[in-house]
Amino acid sequence: MSFMGIKLITRFYCSFENVVPRVCIVGSGPAGFYAAMHLCKKLNNVHIDILEKLPVPFGLVRYGVAPDHPEVKNVINQFTKVANKPNVNFYGNIALGKDIDLLQLRQHYDAVLLTYGAEEDKTLGIENEEANNIVAARNFVGWYNGHPRDKDLKIDLSGTTAAILGQGNVALDVARMLLTPIDILRKTDITEHALAALADSKVKELYLIGRRGPLQVAFTIKELREQLNLPNCKTVWREQDFEGVSSVVSKLGRPRKRLTELMLKSVSESSNINIMPGDKCFKPIFFRSPNKFLTDNMNHVTGIELTCNRLEGDNLEYQKCIATDEKEFLDCSLVFRSIGYTSVKVDKDIIFDTNGFVTNDKGRVIEDNVSSLAKLYVAGWLGTGPAGVILHTMSNAFLVAKTICEDLKDCKNLSSKGGFQEVRKILLKSNQSHIIVDWNGWEKIDNYEVELGKKYGKPREKLCSISKMLEIASS
Amino acid sequence: MFLKNCLRIFSSARIRFLLNNNVKASTFVNYKSVASLSTSKLALESEKVKVTFVLNDGKRLETVANVGDTLLDVVVNNDLNIEGFGACEGTVTCSTCHVILKPEDFERLPEEASDEERDMLDLAYSLTETSRLGCQITLTKELDGLEVKVPETINDARS
Repeated sequence: MSFMGIKLITRFYCSFENVVPRVCIVGSGPAGFYAAMHLCKKLNNVHIDILEKLPVPFGLVRYGVAPDHPEVKNVINQFTKVANKPNVNFYGNIALGKDIDLLQLRQHYDAVLLTYGAEEDKTLGIENEEANNIVAARNFVGWYNGHPRDKDLKIDLSGTTAAILGQGNVALDVARMLLTPIDILRKTDITEHALAALADSKVKELYLIGRRGPLQVAFTIKELREQLNLPNCKTVWREQDFEGVSSVVSKLGRPRKRLTELMLKSVSESSNINIMPGDKCFKPIFFRSPNKFLTDNMNHVTGIELTCNRLEGDNLEYQKCIATDEKEFLDCSLVFRSIGYTSVKVDKDIIFDTNGFVTNDKGRVIEDNVSSLAKLYVAGWLGTGPAGVILHTMSNAFLVAKTICEDLKDCKNLSSKGGFQEVRKILLKSNQSHIIVDWNGWEKIDNYEVELGKKYGKPREKLCSISKMLEIASS
Repeated sequence: MFLKNCLRIFSSARIRFLLNNNVKASTFVNYKSVASLSTSKLALESEKVKVTFVLNDGKRLETVANVGDTLLDVVVNNDLNIEGFGACEGTVTCSTCHVILKPEDFERLPEEASDEERDMLDLAYSLTETSRLGCQITLTKELDGLEVKVPETINDARS
């Protein structure tokens, strides 16, 4: 009640000010929230509306961060503080390009910031990629994290050998979910459907395949250390992959050096490893690119044909890989494709560059100027490409928010814009029963999930059905 | 020495507490209450030290802090305006509380950085030889007058 009061007072007060700029942020992941945080801090007067496609906020913090990394999700507390500010509003269940288009947002706001990330996975474009049990890491992550889109993922975990294509942190998250003793996962907020399937998993040998060498891996040291320390799991390297590596370690910068040293230490330990019955095996392989997938007559993957690569280039960390004529075959009945994410063009007016990012300069989207419309900005993975940890997204979001502040301060003749009032009209015009989930609605969903989690002895059991979320939010 | 050990036990117990509870959306508000509910802290309340955070734009945030608090505690408890500081709330899973110490201060810290702390520092921007995570520096009486630099948090990822 007091909150409403503050909001009303703010609005009343603001109407006496000249014009309070209205900023619309599309996407409520880390980039969106960090940008909002910076805008609130730097501008005395601003209205911020955060629009989200799903009924629930936090993007990849909720649906990307692995369930066994609850500490990383603590950042939600900082985001919640931002959302609770009187001049910040969250509106869930509104999809750009579907419920509202970019042109409309730009008519009704002074600045529009796109932070909707990179939600599709990159594909390899090779033969039999559509075979059964070749799973996009993105969908697997969404499945164990309760993303509504992925709740019905088809995955067969009855085979003993699986392979992950890619050597980034997502690949290591996938590996950890498959190799961690199930009783550890039970205490996390992993979805019940994933927990049940993983409890029955027969996977005990997991390959992690990279096209380049140990000096080019994309995963970070924390994730590797965790993997190496997993109980009942042994890491087995191919020693020949590390030829010449130890002689260049000293030339590397600190992060790459420490990461490589950790690998080398593990390699030397793995030569006299003792694999006990019941142990699972984690097997990184380097210098291999998938050429095609092999399938049986049921179109189920049975293996991968790999091309052997060699590296070229003077800069060790950025060497390019060159395919050789050599081939190698790997038998496996389950494959994860984890070679990166890509952004979706959700609206016809969003312009992408050849890398698949929205072309921008310090967040300003480069385009022909249309003065009557709100300026367009981009932050987070949609603008930088899908790489880096939350810190990098934070830093980019602050940078872009700073750009927005500068532009808004320079802008002398802001005219009064309708903001979300106008958006709401548009939504209700096309669908009278369109449910908009505000922060209060999210809190109801949040409480419901935490209560549900208690039944299972978990910190939370996520709702995977959008209609159920909407029902609870509007109850 | 005894005091130092007490502090160590106290701070690691608090981190463990956070690790166990953070999942149920422990907000900064109850994070604070965790800190002040601790009896060991009350016993040490009388011991205060001066700490200064020097921001990238040269701004100096001078504050009086309790012995036994970490630098992250100091920022949170005093509501210091450092953007994005302490995203993971002291669980050593991010590097947003990266601080840079003077070499002489770095040398006299009672504990060296753990592997886990170094792992996180490796991801930080502007990493130096005397970088630490603020959540891992526990204030002692000897550190009175400590001055740390908070590196710029705004970086263009593509540059």
